[in-house]
Order: sequence, then structure tokens, then C-alpha cells
Amino acid sequence: MSETQAAPTPARLAEQARAKAPIEVTGAQSLVLSLESMDVDTVFGIPGGAILPAYDPLLDSVKVRHILVRHEQGAGHAAEGYASATGRVGVCMATSGPGATNLVTALADAHMDSVPIVAITGQVASASIGTDAFQEADIRGITMPITKHNYLVTDAAQIPRVIAEAFHIAATGRPGPVLVDISKDALQAKTTFAWPPRIDLPGYHPVTRPHTKQIREASRLIAASERPVLYVGGGVIRADACEELRQFVELTRIPVVTTLMARGALPDSHELHLGMPGMHGSVAAVTALQKADLLITLGARFDDRVTGQLSTFAPEAKVIHADIDPAEISKNRKADVPIVGSCKDVLVDLIQSVDADIDAGRGGDYARWRERTLGWKRDFPLGYTSTEGGTLAPQYVIERLSAIVGPEAVYVAGVGQHQMWAAQFVQYERPRAWLNSGGLGTMGYAVPAAMGAQVGEPERTVWAIDGDGCFQMTNQELATCVINNIPIKVAVINNSSLGMVRQWQSLFYNERYSNTDLHTSHEGTRIPDFVKLADAYGCAGLRCERPEDVDDTIRQAMAINDRPVVVDFVVHRDAMVWPMVQAGVSNDAIQVAKDTAPQWDREEEVGS
Amino acid sequence: MSQHTLSVLVENKPGVLARVAGLFARRGFNIQSLAVGETEHVEISRITVVVDVEDLPLEQVTKQLNKLVEVLKVVELDAASAVQRQVMLIKVRADAATRSQVLELVQLFRAKVVDVATESVTIEATGPGEKLTALLGVLEPYGVRELVQSGIVAIGRGPRSITDRALRGA
Repeated sequence: MSETQAAPTPARLAEQARAKAPIEVTGAQSLVLSLESMDVDTVFGIPGGAILPAYDPLLDSVKVRHILVRHEQGAGHAAEGYASATGRVGVCMATSGPGATNLVTALADAHMDSVPIVAITGQVASASIGTDAFQEADIRGITMPITKHNYLVTDAAQIPRVIAEAFHIAATGRPGPVLVDISKDALQAKTTFAWPPRIDLPGYHPVTRPHTKQIREASRLIAASERPVLYVGGGVIRADACEELRQFVELTRIPVVTTLMARGALPDSHELHLGMPGMHGSVAAVTALQKADLLITLGARFDDRVTGQLSTFAPEAKVIHADIDPAEISKNRKADVPIVGSCKDVLVDLIQSVDADIDAGRGGDYARWRERTLGWKRDFPLGYTSTEGGTLAPQYVIERLSAIVGPEAVYVAGVGQHQMWAAQFVQYERPRAWLNSGGLGTMGYAVPAAMGAQVGEPERTVWAIDGDGCFQMTNQELATCVINNIPIKVAVINNSSLGMVRQWQSLFYNERYSNTDLHTSHEGTRIPDFVKLADAYGCAGLRCERPEDVDDTIRQAMAINDRPVVVDFVVHRDAMVWPMVQAGVSNDAIQVAKDTAPQWDREEEVGS
Repeated sequence: MSQHTLSVLVENKPGVLARVAGLFARRGFNIQSLAVGETEHVEISRITVVVDVEDLPLEQVTKQLNKLVEVLKVVELDAASAVQRQVMLIKVRADAATRSQVLELVQLFRAKVVDVATESVTIEATGPGEKLTALLGVLEPYGVRELVQSGIVAIGRGPRSITDRALRGA
């Protein structure tokens, strides 16, 4: 903390210049003034009884645009999409009770994926708290395990401080959601507003600068290793450390894998990029981790979807683990060199330290290992079998979407097969181009998150790549998009099923398809008809059922910019996500198709 | 499994205990003993919590505790370099025939009688856990009618203060 008190930084000077002398206001006005002072430009929300006082001054705010959504979950995911696409804190607002509980899924999602959002909820008047009053829910208690921090405010005088603290906590350290619950009487009370408030967080000191000794130790391991892999997670994107990552890769020529949350942290076109690791990772990425003698782990957390059976994950590897959250280090896999710090600072210091080693002739030589990993990448590219009878392969749709739409767009997925295909077959060339629900696996994330991303990045094309199951969970936000001129595009990969569950039923439950048929396209039923649904909302609705129509349909969708577009891509139902490592087994048992292990060449088998 | 005593210094605000207790429950740690109170600084409360865990999960729970915004400091106090005390109130069956024997045991353990009735005495005993268990063992044959115990409180030996250091850290 002492660092920040030294010479005045430009940010501090700007803050002082914006300082506001105390004025007499209501708690609600104080809230809106606080949001304006935090430079909030967008709030996604729905009014209701307890939050009503806040919505009155919101009407007069020229700085804060409130976007009225159709379901509070949509507000939460929109705030996440806004935050993930821009790097700024997303904001959502809801009333007490059911309004607040509807935010819960989005808060849990943001907590798992470290997304900086602030949720503001109304609460019943403080005198009624604890009486089971109308629309009362203990949202602070409910959200304790799924927020980075939360507040209950019953004194109007505390509003500016709490809002400032909430944004500070959400955005710094390991980012995450913060909820501020404000009682109705606090919003109605007279108070004074002054800015900036004094932030009082004696127990909150995130460490961003890594320890020099640990950096030296890491460099030593890097120099000594023969088979190192950079295991890159979402923390690198959250820390805006992608440029530093690229420099480090150029310097060391160490192969890289990017997790589901880190797609785009290093361009997919980079020759040393081996793809995504994990349950549906590429053969090269999964195998490189299994054969490595050193994992340089940056902002990743050894999630079970990456490691498979933990005890057999990367069995020969020493582990350098850098993360801004000390609790992630050695949580699942013991780190040989733990480094607490932001990925950006860690990489800057590592570059310096490794560069010095190389200059001193102590750099590592990974040429042979690099060749092996690039051999796997060449021999086992991602692929899929084309479908029979002129039906559409979902992977082909996504491949063409990527090719036509290009890397500058934002791609937002739901959860399931389409998500994995979107992670595999879209070529990501920049960070923040890929948004999805990784940790929580929230079906229904795509449409509202795409809406938030589009608001935050109005100049970019935003495509939601959604499943027919996911789409039906949150597509009501198309109304919000139409009314507020938020022209997102939605590619529904419609296989008429809860596809990923169906895939598991095919593989592990003897093709007994219990409750996975959604009737959205196959056997002549379209319930609902997504084109008519799009039409009913005032969106453009398109349908594509044949491979030869894919390019034209995408181009048609790209040409419509005055309203949202929904494309119903009716795809082959039995397509599966490959490669796959079954849940709970070793990553060595990766399969490239059903019951098919990769065909290693003889030398490789002997050599490994 | 081994027993660990953690001293957790927290901001003295409503809801903090719920956060700490919830974290233990959520991460699958069983709290053996819990004591909470204000410290010499009114703005700081001290939670003493005893848990049964292996070293590695203990490290995880300590780190998770440190992540709570209202937690100022977490210190593990090991038995050798800390004083641990617990209070126990024991209502023991004691009539004219057995009362003197019970009172003798109270004396031996340097405990106190805080209430007497015709058929019972109530004993207040303070000490480390082992002493109280021993006392309870010898009283059991007379018939323990009711037992209540406080959480363990613990403080490090020597002149150093963890509260001072926590305040300076802030």
C-alpha cells in the first residue's frame, strides 16, 4: 500500500481533478453519483420494489446508460460479457428477493471464471430485515460462497465508500464478482455525497509483484529442463499479459498450450501453439503435457477438465506455478516453484531473468523436444468426419464461420458440444475474442453475454455460437437486443438435443437417450421454430440445412447490421466432440475417435 | 489427521463469523472448537478455531481464509509455544454421601464449585484440553448430569503481539 502513497500517479491526479465537494442528496442519488464517478457507462438490470428509489435518479443520468433486460440472469451474464470483452468492470442491478436470486447463477459463473462485475441489489427496509418481508431474501448470505466479497448497506452515508470498494475489489488481484445489497430506507434517506471516499480495506492486499528469488529459481528450472511446456490459463488474459507471453515464447521457443479460458492468449497461428489441453484438447497439447519435464504454469489452476486423473497428470514434470491467487498454488498439484504475482509482472521478470541466462550461455536447448511436439501437432491435427447424406457437420459450420467472420470478431459460446467445437475450430488470434463459461459451465451464457460484449465493443461483430438447449434458456434477451439496438448475431448449432449429454449417453450409457431430445429440428418437429422465434422478436431469422448453403448464409447474416440475426444451423445429430479423454481417467488414454487411440509411430513409442 | 489451532484476526463487523464458518463448512473442514471475541483493539475481533486436518489441506484453508477481505491475519499457534485454555462447567450428581469425594477431586484439579444443590454440584474448570478431559474422566463415575464448554482460546508465549503486527501490516 505504501507504494501508492508515493509520487502522485496520473490516475491519482485525474481522480483528484474529478473530486466532488459534498452535496445534499438521497441515498439513491448518492448511488448514481458514485456509479458515475466510477466511470460506469452501462448498467444491465430490472427495477422492482426495493430498488425503485435508485431507478428514479438513474433516469436523469446522462453518463450511465441503463439497459432494461428481460431476466436478471441476463443482466448478470451481460455484465460478464461486457467485462470479459473490454477488461472493464461490468455492472448489473436487480431488486430484492427473486430479482437478487436470479443473479445468483451469473455471480457463481463470474466467481469461477474470475470476471470483474459489481451487482447492486435492493433490499427491504432495514427495519423489516429478518421478518420474512415481501420479496425479502438474505442475498448477502446466499452469495457469500460465490462472490469475492459482498456488502449489506443500511446507512446511506456508506454508499460512496462501499461502491468505490466494490469496484476496487472486483477489478484488482484475482478479479471477481462483488455484490452490494442496499436497503430501501438507505436509498431513500437524506445524506451527503462527496468524492472520492476513503477506501478502508485493511485486510485486502493482493500481491502483484513476484518474489525475485522465485523468479530466479524458475529461470534455473527452465534452463535445466529438456521438455518444458507453457501451460497458459485465463489469468494471462485477465492480466493483459498476452504481449509479454508472446515475447517470452519468442525468447525461449518453448511450446505453448492455452486452456479453454485462455484461447487467444497466444495466436492460434503461432507455430509453437499446440492447441487446447484437457478433456477435449488436441493430441499435441495433451501429449506434450503428459511427456513434459517442466510445466510453466501461468494463471491456470489445474482444473479437473485439464488434468484428467490428477495422479497421472504430467507425471514426469516439475511445476512452476504463477498465479495472483496464492490459494490456487499447490491446491491440486504441488508446485516446485510457487510464484505469487500477476501474470504480467511475472512474465516481465521472467523475460529479464531468462534473457540474462541466455546471454550468459546458460539458456536451455529444447530443439529436439520442439520437433517432437510439432510432430504431434502435424500428425494429429483437429479434424472431423464429414457427415453422410448431405446433412450438415456442426464442425464445418463453425470452421466456415471463423474463416468468413475473422479474428477481429468476438465469439461467445454457451456450454456443451458447440462450445467445445467453437473452442477447437474458431481460429483465435487475439485475447478477449473468445468468451465462454468455463468453470461453472452455465448453459444459457451465450446470448446475454454476447449482448454485454456488443455493448462494450460496439464496433466489433459479436457472434454467439449457441446450442439449441442453451439458446432456449436465455433467448428472451433478444428482445433487449432489438429494443436497444444491440445487433448481435446468433449461430444456433441445432442438433435437436442436449448434445453433450447425448454424446455421453452414446459412449457410456449404451445409446439410451434419456431426456436429451429437444425436438427443435429432427423428425419434422421444430418446437420452437427458431426462425419464427427470431421473427417474433423482430430479429432477422435465417435457416441453413445444407453444406453448400453455409457460406452464403453466414455472408447474409454479416450483411444485416440494423438488428440481431439468428441463424438456425440444423446439423447432424450424431456428431461428437473428439479428441476425448474420459472423465476420471489418465490423459494418456486420449482417444481421437470412438475406441481409437492416436497411432504413434514406432520411434515415438520406443522413445517415450 | 492432526489438530491445529488457528488464530484468525478479523474486522469486527457483522457477518464476518458467518463467512469464516461458512468457508470451513464449504471446503469440507470440521471445526472442533470455536471461540470469538473482541481484542484490545475494538475494531479487531479474534477467532480461535481448532480443526482436525492434514498439513496440506490446512495450508489450503489458511490461504482461503486469507482471501476473505475482512480477515486481517491468520496465525497457526503450535501447542509448544502457545498457552491454550478452555472453560468447562460440569453439573455432577453429588449427595451427602458422595459430595466430599467430589469436592476433593475439585481441589485436586484446582477447579471451583460455583453452585451447590442437594443432589448436585456445578464445577467450573479452566485449563488446557487434556486437563479437562482428565477431570471429566474422574467425575464420570458420580454421574455427569450436564456439561457445557467454551471454545479454546490460545495466545502465543513471549512478548510479541500478533494483533500489533496485524495493525502494522494494514
